[in-house]
Amino acid sequence: MKLTGAQIAAECLIREDATIIFGILGGAILPFYDTLPQYPQIRHILVRHEQGAAHAAEGYARATGKVGVCISTSGPGATNLVTGIADAYMDSVPIVAITGQVARPLIGKDAFQEIDITGITLPITKHNYLVPDAASLPQIFKEAFYLARSGRPGPVLIDLPRDVQTELAEFDYPSQVRLPGYRPTIQGHPTQIKKAARMIAEAERPIIISGHGVVISGAYEELLNLAETAQVPVVTTFLGIGSFPQSHALYSGWLGMHGLAWANLAVSGADLIIAIGMRFDDRVTGDVNNFAPKAKFIHVDIDPAEIGKNVKVDLPIVGDARNVLSALNKLITPAHHGEWIRQIDEWRREHPHTFTPSSGELLPQFVVHKLYEVTAGQAIVVTGVGQNQMWAGQYYVFDRPGMFISSGGLGTMGFELPAAFGAKIGRPEETVWCIAGDGGFQMTIQELATIVQEQAAVKIAIINNGYLGMVRQWQDLFYDRRYTATELSGPDFVKVAEAYGIPAVRVSRSEDVEAAIEKAMAEEGPFLIDFRVRPEENVYPMVPPGASISQMLEMPKEVGICHQNRS
Amino acid sequence: MPSKQILVVLVNNKPGVLNRVASLFRRRGFNIESIAVGLSEQPDISRMTIVVDGSTGKLEQVRKQLDKLIDVIKILDLGADNAVVRELALIKVKATAETRGSIIQIVDIFRAGIVDVSSDSLIVEVTGDKDKVDSLYNLLRPFGIKEVARTGYLAMNRGNLISAQEK
Ligand SMILES: Cc1ncc(C[n+]2csc(CCOP(=O)(O)OP(=O)(O)O)c2C)c(N)n1
Ligand SMILES: [Mg+2]
Repeated sequence: MKLTGAQIAAECLIREDATIIFGILGGAILPFYDTLPQYPQIRHILVRHEQGAAHAAEGYARATGKVGVCISTSGPGATNLVTGIADAYMDSVPIVAITGQVARPLIGKDAFQEIDITGITLPITKHNYLVPDAASLPQIFKEAFYLARSGRPGPVLIDLPRDVQTELAEFDYPSQVRLPGYRPTIQGHPTQIKKAARMIAEAERPIIISGHGVVISGAYEELLNLAETAQVPVVTTFLGIGSFPQSHALYSGWLGMHGLAWANLAVSGADLIIAIGMRFDDRVTGDVNNFAPKAKFIHVDIDPAEIGKNVKVDLPIVGDARNVLSALNKLITPAHHGEWIRQIDEWRREHPHTFTPSSGELLPQFVVHKLYEVTAGQAIVVTGVGQNQMWAGQYYVFDRPGMFISSGGLGTMGFELPAAFGAKIGRPEETVWCIAGDGGFQMTIQELATIVQEQAAVKIAIINNGYLGMVRQWQDLFYDRRYTATELSGPDFVKVAEAYGIPAVRVSRSEDVEAAIEKAMAEEGPFLIDFRVRPEENVYPMVPPGASISQMLEMPKEVGICHQNRS
Repeated sequence: MPSKQILVVLVNNKPGVLNRVASLFRRRGFNIESIAVGLSEQPDISRMTIVVDGSTGKLEQVRKQLDKLIDVIKILDLGADNAVVRELALIKVKATAETRGSIIQIVDIFRAGIVDVSSDSLIVEVTGDKDKVDSLYNLLRPFGIKEVARTGYLAMNRGNLISAQEK
């Protein structure tokens, strides 16, 4: 029996188990939407801005590991998706974006709402398609989902002309893809793995840097096993947070520009770096020529193009983190690095991770710390970008995998609310906290309506410092405190939340923090807390741009409250 | 061509693929010296011959990035030594009654051909490696060059045949 292109697209989504889709319709995608009532299995969630659809799909994907789907009309609908697609590209998040396109005879004529979205997204998608006819749809959908989730995951876009949606074709879903130009290497090369085992056995000060790739491949057990058997301390990247339990005795912090001092010092002092599923981003390495100057490098990554891109690698291993680690673990012999671990511990004591006790003003670090305590470390935390993001990474303790969601590579303000919403839709049984900046929150604030519409119990903590805080911090430290354009006059967030139908409170005093968080947790639906924190609090440590990560600016020395990551 | 590198890239013969490849070079800040695209022995696969400056140390990265394009099926790095490298050039040179004879003589020595004659010019067609095309060009220059069109290189490994099916 023949189906319309729109019906075929819906059938494909069902075959791919992608039955939750986030989007906004318009003329060029209307035939598809018109078909949706025939497919009650598909839950379409109407967002308030297409950027929100893309971030929600990302939040869903990051929280579940499944492919997230967002959908829009042509032209402005499609361009509104772009930021979210770019975000997914930078952080290797599997999403499929479906955009309506003008009818085929109009393509190339600058028709109403025609935009070359496959051209625009060429450098920010893993692959994209302009669908030539309805008969090609099954193959294209099959490939798109396969590409999005396999190998190094990433966004794939399908541009669907309006008349393809009404064209009739046979529907036959292929069981396989045929992509001769795409064969990701999953298994690591045995000889390389053998060499790695030898290098690890010979190292005196080895350290593992665990990245987002470990999270994506779900290699937690394997990583734990390697670290414990070979007694190798583990630092993570920012997006690697949660890939190794942060209360573990071998956990040595996360590294980079705002990483923990001891993590940066440990990496700088190591004689062997075992980098797994990370890409030596400049926020991780600081001055790349002085990064881990004494170390040899083993680099495990599924993307061969990442190996040797930013740092010289002594031993490359291309493969999926989980496969490589489980093969490696068979060759690892138990070892001790007591001296080295004691050294890192000493750095930890000398450079404690602290915040200055409140002198009346509410401190953002304290807020995050309390969030951790009240949620007993069991919440999925989705952050904004900037200071709030760094504090969330520094002061919440992540012991369970897959609980930390943040925009890393692109650093997209406005990610927080829609991504938290998507995460909650994907994992409704979990508590989801959105830690937002007052600036970023206002970039996608309209998704409060979506949250209410879907009755999604997202808990929102705005770290309201009245500034585009991270930029203000740079002005403070590197631009003689000239605060140009960083002061924000926010709206009354409590009133805004209430206008959307979300209960909310404002907290300005440390002693009210706990009760407010408890109230939020007790609430069945969404809840918002506007935390009015100390406006000019800075994030420390900080590696000044261009410096080596061993040269950090640390919190001005005052007696601080030590935030114990370890028991 | 010491610092020149020749990449032979086999790609799906589909709309937009040339754009994907070219865009990747632009995006990674890597200059293309010449690019020639045509069919391969298989109708669904096109063959691109791309000449790049191999001295910048970025070649390996570009190769790997190219390999990530879904439409790129195979990449071969051809060294100039073990490959047959050819370029075709059309050179429109000024020719008067007096100079025509000398031009034809030069063209003959290079086993090039005259493909168009008019009252005041000739179009010379030459095929060969870079040195040959350059030398002919240099010898014709004194007569007055009006126009030049060069294809960029085509290249193929000597002997042991490679084909698209291998991968
Ligand atoms: C979309 C976008 N625009 C601009 C920036 C640059 N930027 C980085 S952090 C930051 C400040 C963020 O302010 P806010 O959301 O209030 O967070 P805070 O740093 O104050 O916690 C800005 C403007 C960005 N990362 N993303
Ligand atoms: Mg702020």
